[in-house]
Amino acid sequence: MLLKRLTEAYGVSGDEGDIRDILKEELSGHADEVYTDALGNLFFRKGKGRGPKVMLAAHMDEIGLIVVGFEKSGLLRVHKVGGIDDRVLVSKPVVVGKNKVPGVIGAKAVHLQKPSERKKAIKIENLYIDLGVRSQDEAEKLVSLGDYVSLSAKTREAGDNCLIGKAFDDRVGCAILAELFKEDFDLDITAVFTVQEEVGLRGSGVAAYSIHPDVAIVVESTSASDVVGTKDASHVTTLGGGPAITLMDASYIAPQVIIDLFVQTAEKLGIPHQFRRLTTSGTDAGKIAQTHAGILTGLVSVPCRYIHSPASIININDVQNTSRLVKGVLNVIAEGGLTLETTTEKIK
Amino acid sequence: MKQLLKKLSEAYGPSGREEQVGRMIRDELKDYVDEIYTDNTGNLYAVKKGTGAKIMVAAHMDEIGVIVTFVEEKGFLRFSNVGGVNPHILLGQRMVFANGTIGTIGMEKLDDIKKLTLEKLYIDIGAKDREEAVAKVKVGDIATYNRDVVEAGNRIIGKAMDNRAGCAVLIKAMQELTKTDNEIYAVFTAQEEVGLRGSRTASYRLNPDLGFAVDVTLVGDTPEAPTMDVSLGKGPTVKVKDASVICHPKVKEMLESLAEKENIPYQLEVLIAGGTDAGAIHLSREGIPSGVISIPCRYVHTPGEMVDLDDMANAVRLLTLFLSQPLNMQEIFPCYLS
Amino acid sequence: MWNKVQVSPKNWGLSDLDIKRFLKDICEAPGVSGYEHHVAKVIKAAFCQFCDEVRQDRLGNVVFYKKGTGESNRPRILLAAHMDEIGLMVTKVEEGGFLRFTAVGGIDPRTIVGQEVILYGKETLAGVIGAKPPHLTDDEERGKGHKIEDLHIDVGLPEDQVRKLAAPGTLAVIRRELIELAGNSIAAKALDDRAGIAVLLTCLDELERLQHSADVYAVATVQEEVGVRGAAVATYGVVPDIGIAVDVTHGEMPGVPEHDVSYIGKGPALTLGPNIHPKVGKELVRLAKEYRIPYQIEVTPGVTGTDARAIQVTRGGIATGLVSIPLRYMHTSVELLDLDDIKQAGRLLAHFIAAVDHEFVEGLPCY
Repeated sequence: MLLKRLTEAYGVSGDEGDIRDILKEELSGHADEVYTDALGNLFFRKGKGRGPKVMLAAHMDEIGLIVVGFEKSGLLRVHKVGGIDDRVLVSKPVVVGKNKVPGVIGAKAVHLQKPSERKKAIKIENLYIDLGVRSQDEAEKLVSLGDYVSLSAKTREAGDNCLIGKAFDDRVGCAILAELFKEDFDLDITAVFTVQEEVGLRGSGVAAYSIHPDVAIVVESTSASDVVGTKDASHVTTLGGGPAITLMDASYIAPQVIIDLFVQTAEKLGIPHQFRRLTTSGTDAGKIAQTHAGILTGLVSVPCRYIHSPASIININDVQNTSRLVKGVLNVIAEGGLTLETTTEKIK
Repeated sequence: MKQLLKKLSEAYGPSGREEQVGRMIRDELKDYVDEIYTDNTGNLYAVKKGTGAKIMVAAHMDEIGVIVTFVEEKGFLRFSNVGGVNPHILLGQRMVFANGTIGTIGMEKLDDIKKLTLEKLYIDIGAKDREEAVAKVKVGDIATYNRDVVEAGNRIIGKAMDNRAGCAVLIKAMQELTKTDNEIYAVFTAQEEVGLRGSRTASYRLNPDLGFAVDVTLVGDTPEAPTMDVSLGKGPTVKVKDASVICHPKVKEMLESLAEKENIPYQLEVLIAGGTDAGAIHLSREGIPSGVISIPCRYVHTPGEMVDLDDMANAVRLLTLFLSQPLNMQEIFPCYLS
Repeated sequence: MWNKVQVSPKNWGLSDLDIKRFLKDICEAPGVSGYEHHVAKVIKAAFCQFCDEVRQDRLGNVVFYKKGTGESNRPRILLAAHMDEIGLMVTKVEEGGFLRFTAVGGIDPRTIVGQEVILYGKETLAGVIGAKPPHLTDDEERGKGHKIEDLHIDVGLPEDQVRKLAAPGTLAVIRRELIELAGNSIAAKALDDRAGIAVLLTCLDELERLQHSADVYAVATVQEEVGVRGAAVATYGVVPDIGIAVDVTHGEMPGVPEHDVSYIGKGPALTLGPNIHPKVGKELVRLAKEYRIPYQIEVTPGVTGTDARAIQVTRGGIATGLVSIPLRYMHTSVELLDLDDIKQAGRLLAHFIAAVDHEFVEGLPCY
């Protein structure tokens, strides 16, 4: 299963090589053109079609850590890459660097902490990676400064058609687009698997610049907070509630034509769908929409509980329905169902 | 001016949903320009063709608002902010949606008013339950303040003076601008309040020789105001700097000397926090020398924003004169170093 | 828009003394973000002898072009060091002629109390930064740092004259002459990032004695301190294959973990992380080893706070590197560094440029 392979692979922002390799292997036979750019974005292009030029985007990178120093004892000092809650990190297994050296995230044992310490969150400054080595020399033989550190976790099936695992944000988007790209649409399509979304939406803007599409669709994963102790109004999305269409986030406001396109397509095809009920946090959609003289961009996400942790949950129905919705939207675009032209009046 | 400002201020146009204001502006300008068009960010362009310098003047037409994120079973609407809205100012406000539905903002029981956040507030549109509510308002619909304009002497109070006052100034300038060789692009930009988004794509599209923004600015003449040498009624300002842009020194000087020469009252503005469209324009492509003319405005981002009609009239004069003068770009921006 | 440079024959390189003198000239020249024209002139005078053409773009970035020896389709390398410095800007003239001000760029108000300033109004004025004296404050107040709103500039003139000479928008900088310290150390204002400018100059000088097929665009950028603004438009204009930012980084000091700093005098810091193209980062390290240039590795987990941030995401994406000079007391008037680090960084960049060929550039987008 592609999604399992993609999520179990390691690809912290700036170090997306393994994900690129999987996708290249998976899609090269289906594309007319495959290339990468100076940042590492991976592009697959195919098709002609008379319709608008379409960009599909999902980001390959995941949050993680990076080695910034060594203790004499051989423990590694790390900083966070992307937005991680420090409290999630303690006692997690990791792999470090190109050679995937295994390690664990350690902290002072609770027995040795003062009562006042025990009540506090354990900050990254008080965490370290333990490779099981006894000295800095030994550690330096295994890893180097600047090596990326990824949380490691298996992807497993669980509950009622759910998956447990890490990095669904946004490997689920990658998997959906990879599968869709294999199908035929009467369109000029470029699927881009972007880098460095988690460190400030770095990859998508330059990718959109070089493709210069007429319309872009971003497939993301977003928070589902439909859990005990959270009020209905704060659920953001509901697990199993279908693809979540974004109306507005910190980087983006959906144009009315795009909302209509997604909602009407979902209704026509009988696909359950929901709106993302949170307006904070930015996405690649915002960057793409602001490229060149403005690119019409849509954003749809798979709900994910406990996002940005190595034990998150998604629902397989949501994945399938998101895929169906994007496919439906692409067909509508191919049939000329999206008005791209804006009004021009020549007065004199 | 008064009539135009009233019409624009009372119009509905939060960030991302500016079409109603756009149509109004189009009607005002259609007899005065050569071309009008829109783009997919939501900007409206009104163009006077010419052979001289290519100048873009941006006035954002969007206003702040709130976006519905959830409809409760009992019909109350939960919302989030569109742009910089403050929960304390929202409390008790009357809000209006695009389709005219009006509601009032209520608050959950709260022991300490200092702890008021947007999450504690909701809009009540008088619906009995969810079913009745969603017949009028859906998740994703955006509401703005519902507030009529009032006159207070020579000053006008209303919502969205930020930046319909700027729109009014730019409309008037385009109407009064008769003789010029310059090619003028009046761009009524979208989504300024959420991050200068319309002006970013518009300036990329146009790649002008010179960029301007016409916007409102804060003042320092009210009790315990921020430290700022700008007063209401002492003329439009020539911006030096804000958080988004350091205006091109040459453009700033040209505006200053024109105002001096024509005896137009003006003030110099250093705004500590906040930005404007020029912030996006000047960084477009290889860089665009940009300046800003601001209209002093009290109580920005409240439903009681106050501007002075003389400041606006003087802003129109300054802008019109600037745009009408012949501008030789090679002379104005020779390589400093050659 | 390019201006040919009149090159006079030269038969000398930069000595230690030359670099120190150049740094004194540029550090003492004013160039607050957005108003860099003065320091730009000083920089141009020194750079022109080492380059073929120069131009200034519409935001004020100065681009020095040095042609490569390649036949055609030469690789294009951009080097960026920002010439702007942090400063103060008048917001209001108060009664009595006291000037209220805001910061241009990041200034810790606690470091400017009791400093002399130079105010660039209609005339250049001498002034001091004043605050309420300790005698009139209580213990609690004295325990707190000054906020920028608490401070004012006093130029010792009556209000009406101050209004004429120093309108809102007038700029000021801390008055500070370059201080020579023990060994190769110096302290000055604006070494962030005039040190980077000096690195660019030493690099161009080194290149006189090396073969390089690549074209070099050494850019003194503007407005870095207010949000890496100049580098974005300069890179858009140059369209380089590789962009390398040269800036300063934090030197070691008590109370800061070792892994968060670099050591002064131990060579330039080479950054690794998502902001840096892995092949550019590795090549810099390789060449430092090959030419026995001391260096240190600095790891930045996300975007860096330098021109590299803007360069990388220009147009369709640029392979980016970052070379930094370790420096203590950043954003104060006593920024301190070791001149040797500047020279070593200049040498390293020159060797990097000389090593760049077609094959290297073509490999950059191949992951």
